[in-house]
Amino acid sequence: MAAFSAFKLLPPHPIPIRSTSSKPSIPFLSSSSHLSIHPSKTSISSSSSSSRLRPLHAAPSDLLADKTNLGPAPVISRDVALELYEDMVLGRSFEDMCAQMYYKGKMFGFVHLYNGQEAVSTGFIKLLKKADSVVSTYRDHVHALSKGVPARAVMAELFGKATGCCRGQGGSMHIFSAEHGLLGGFAFIGEGIPVATGAAFTSKYRREVLKESDCDLVTVAFFGDGTCNNGQFFECLNMAALWKLPIVFVVENNLWAIGMSHLRATSDPEIWKKGPAFGMPGVHVDGMDVLKVREVAKEAIERARRGEGPSLVECETYRFRGHSLADPDELRNRDEKAHYASRDPILALKKYILEHNLATESELKAIEMKIDDVIEDAVEFADSSPLPPRSQLLENVFADPKGFGLGPDGKYRCEDPKFTQGTAQV
Amino acid sequence: MAILHPCVGSVYREVPCSVPPTNCLLWGSSLPGAVPDMRMTVADALNSALDEEMSADPKVFLIGEEVGENQGAYKISKGLLEKYGPERVIDTPVTEAGFTGMGVGAAYYGLRPVVEFMTFNFSMQAIDHIINSAAKSNYTSGGQMSAPIVFRGPNGASAGLGAEHNQCYAAWYAACPGLKVLSPYSSEDARGLLKAAIRDPDPVVFLENEFLYGESFPVSAEVLDSSFCLPIGKAKIEREGKDVTITAFSKMVGYALQAADILSKEGINAEVINLRSIRPLDRATINASVRKTNRLVTVEEGFPQHGVGAEICASVIEDSFHYLVAPVERISAADVPMPYAINLERMALPQVTFYQIYLIKYEEKHVN
Repeated sequence: MAAFSAFKLLPPHPIPIRSTSSKPSIPFLSSSSHLSIHPSKTSISSSSSSSRLRPLHAAPSDLLADKTNLGPAPVISRDVALELYEDMVLGRSFEDMCAQMYYKGKMFGFVHLYNGQEAVSTGFIKLLKKADSVVSTYRDHVHALSKGVPARAVMAELFGKATGCCRGQGGSMHIFSAEHGLLGGFAFIGEGIPVATGAAFTSKYRREVLKESDCDLVTVAFFGDGTCNNGQFFECLNMAALWKLPIVFVVENNLWAIGMSHLRATSDPEIWKKGPAFGMPGVHVDGMDVLKVREVAKEAIERARRGEGPSLVECETYRFRGHSLADPDELRNRDEKAHYASRDPILALKKYILEHNLATESELKAIEMKIDDVIEDAVEFADSSPLPPRSQLLENVFADPKGFGLGPDGKYRCEDPKFTQGTAQV
Repeated sequence: MAILHPCVGSVYREVPCSVPPTNCLLWGSSLPGAVPDMRMTVADALNSALDEEMSADPKVFLIGEEVGENQGAYKISKGLLEKYGPERVIDTPVTEAGFTGMGVGAAYYGLRPVVEFMTFNFSMQAIDHIINSAAKSNYTSGGQMSAPIVFRGPNGASAGLGAEHNQCYAAWYAACPGLKVLSPYSSEDARGLLKAAIRDPDPVVFLENEFLYGESFPVSAEVLDSSFCLPIGKAKIEREGKDVTITAFSKMVGYALQAADILSKEGINAEVINLRSIRPLDRATINASVRKTNRLVTVEEGFPQHGVGAEICASVIEDSFHYLVAPVERISAADVPMPYAINLERMALPQVTFYQIYLIKYEEKHVN
């Protein structure tokens, strides 16, 4: 309880204006702010005069106080470093290939790319078990890849082929994988949050009612800054805190909801503050730094697993591309984009790995080439896969196909062989 | 199949009895075809169905506003909190979108939620989750995420509550692929269809009616059995006839039966079909009936345009056009938001006397 009461004690302060040290379009949120939600660290640093412009925060963790002051020892092992690097490179290469394929006409509709936000996906999802759940939005390709859905299956789904993870019936915005615990893939913003709350509820129900005492599964819900003004978000913050559900709410605050700037849309833009209002810890973290994200994620996920309830984590991140491939992206300032491009999470991790001698340049290059092969293989697989057959149109509407009812002859429609061939009247 | 004896223990518990049914004075004869002696209100029917399903499967849970400590806004969940505890009978804050979506998320993982809406008017705040997260998910996930969830609550007109508490949602939900939409009339319907809905692996919208809750209907021993289920997608012919087919669901079935009685005094023998299942619609039964009677009247409590009657009319015209001797007559609510004043409210809803207006029109058309 000490952790979030520390946040509740924060005195109100005027809505922060943009930081004076940077260009007007770059928000006030400091680039290296970091908050620890470890229960033992409750001291509040209400220090400097600059606190009027910066959010007040609890004492930062000893490990990553400041990016430039890294201690001599790396915080992760070589294996973990390479795993994180590979995952982020996979995400980036996959999305770049999606863009190419879209412009070639192999993919269609709405495609929302994740370039620049890889640190959030990798930072959180690589800490989860296979049976844990991830709920995403329409910007879900990289969440799927991080969770373990094969690149082939995702690419084939985007091409609309029968071998896709949803048999070609879902598309870019509806990537589901029951096997990997990826619950979509939702087109409406905010739609995934109650579903994630339900998945977390199931974990608690299984433990308490179905008596599966070892069920400690956690759900991580990803959504954006625009969603944080939506009613469902608040409804679920309330219920998750009320019933202490094992869920982590992760805000990927990339500052833009299509063309609506977060600062224009939100009365109080500091999203992490909304956590304590509902009785859970609210944390803000630099979402361009995978190690910081991973540190916060570990705490939040473990807190949920222990049964202590939900957390709200706001990751300040950025999408290098437009909202979708159809978005001309005219409203965002070039300087803002340059600022975040210079903080590319993949390059940052690469620098960290080389500086701490966790791997050599050539080993990293080998990983990049391996990923290139994986992506090429995925494209070839998707290209050569067949389109769904005509008979698939009527499949999977119901789990029980008798739901199509009785035909005029009094027999169930689904028993008519012409039904599955796609020639029967619907 | 055990026979439930009201003389021994609660009607909800199966208790073996050594007295053969034919000798039992309380039951009378419970041989097949015998007139049943038990009566049960629709509210009790729903309560017993919920109780039995929750007892049989620990994955079934009830979630909604007022369902627990307040025993249900209409007392349908009476006694369930006490019996199953707060983990399985969950009182929620006033957050339809939130708790409906939460139910869907739980259903993705194989739990079997029964989500109660205090009235289906409130489901509009959660309709995104009913349609997009529940109904469409099995399809968009290619068969991976089915949602065995039931959305239930009172639907249709209330009394004196004005426009926002009176809409019938049968037509809206029945338009959506991936959903099953049921609407019971009698206690037998209520028990059988709710049990079928809870056991069904797909999302089911279960439209009850506030006024029917207190009405009691005869129920046979078979209906009271805990394994009693009605098939989804089959209508019931409540009254056989040969001159005109009247289709109705929920409360309107009662009105249709009353109207049929009035018509029979005028020498018109009406066949009344209780739809039971709005989606899938039992087109076979409806068409077979129209082919027999050659005339069709559809009755519903919802708005006329794009209503359930419109779909039945289209189905009959497509499949049985040449059997019709008169245009199909649709009886529905007036095309206005429900007014508050008692007399206006009466005028806005189908009344049994409207059948008499139809009767006049019928005679006009009948005379050739």
